[in-house]
Amino acid sequence: MAYNNVHPRLSVFSTGSQSSLDYIPSAGTPPPGSAGRQSVTPIPKAGPSKGIYDRPLNKTRNTEVSAAAYAFLFSEMIQYTQKRVHGIGDLEKRLSLLGYRIGTRTLELMIWRNEGNSKNPKRETRLLPVLYVVHTQLWKAIFGKTADAIEKSVENDDEYMIIDNDPPITKYISIPKEMSQLSCSALTAGIVEALLDGLGFPARVTAHSVPKEGFPLRTTILIKLDRSVMEREEALK
Amino acid sequence: MAIFALWVINKAGGLVYQRNFTDGLAPLSSNDALVLAGTLHGIHAITAKLSPTGSSSGCQVIESETFKLHILLTATGTKFVLLTSPAELQAQADSVLRRVYEAYADGVMKNPFQTPEMPIRSEGFDARVGAIVKPA
Repeated sequence: MAYNNVHPRLSVFSTGSQSSLDYIPSAGTPPPGSAGRQSVTPIPKAGPSKGIYDRPLNKTRNTEVSAAAYAFLFSEMIQYTQKRVHGIGDLEKRLSLLGYRIGTRTLELMIWRNEGNSKNPKRETRLLPVLYVVHTQLWKAIFGKTADAIEKSVENDDEYMIIDNDPPITKYISIPKEMSQLSCSALTAGIVEALLDGLGFPARVTAHSVPKEGFPLRTTILIKLDRSVMEREEALK
Repeated sequence: MAIFALWVINKAGGLVYQRNFTDGLAPLSSNDALVLAGTLHGIHAITAKLSPTGSSSGCQVIESETFKLHILLTATGTKFVLLTSPAELQAQADSVLRRVYEAYADGVMKNPFQTPEMPIRSEGFDARVGAIVKPA
């Protein structure tokens, strides 16, 4: 059922790209749309094919996104997802999947920005530095601050927790009582999972809200590492 | 100088939020409150048409011997109504209403679990409103 809803959308996209392909044979005359745009905002030396992928990546390094615009977008994402799932577990899984797609891109961009210009680019291969990258670099890249703590699970050796006392992305969200197990930080969990996967530390990552006095939105990102990671870590010791 | 209650009326005239802060007004049954909110919505629509000189934003204050009722109409038709003691200053009540509007934008409109135009059940909004009214 859910997939039936998705396909018409995809077909709209594909016809859209086809119509833009139609312009290619007559490359001498630029498509009418781009000519109109050029006349509105003249960009120096901007050809008709100048798109988001041609812009310098470092230009937006320190730019910030409007929190309100973000809040409305995330709210719509949750409402869209909620219409297409049954149950809270499913909703969290979908949000996590959306986060995963953000995470793969964030990892690439983050590494490129941090290591791209350094003389000895390096890649973390040990577990603790990688967790520290998540806690500091990743959080800084997407939230503009570091996470509040990294903790190791007392019960299980392969579980680590990253704690954020006041996650910016769920600031305006009030979970209704009947859905109290839901944590919208599942998106963040997906981002973290993608990052760990990309660095070669496969793990299952979930988000749980653990309110504390003074921090009603406190969230724990629980990382359960794959056995292969623990075995490798043991061998590297 | 006391704030008795806050109502939020949606653009169709339905009462979507009602919260009492201090005693001082006779308690209302929820049905009475709904009727009263609907009536106020109607009166407001009439007062908006009464102005002899072009358009008007409708009534902003209704005063009685025992209480004063301040109304803030937003661009989208949502009304915030603040019931206060008669001594409450207009400017003060206005500032409270503006901050409540801000809290509404944050705690209600940005909350994905809130259906527009439906009764407001949002802990975030409750907490924000509590923080605004308490110090006053």
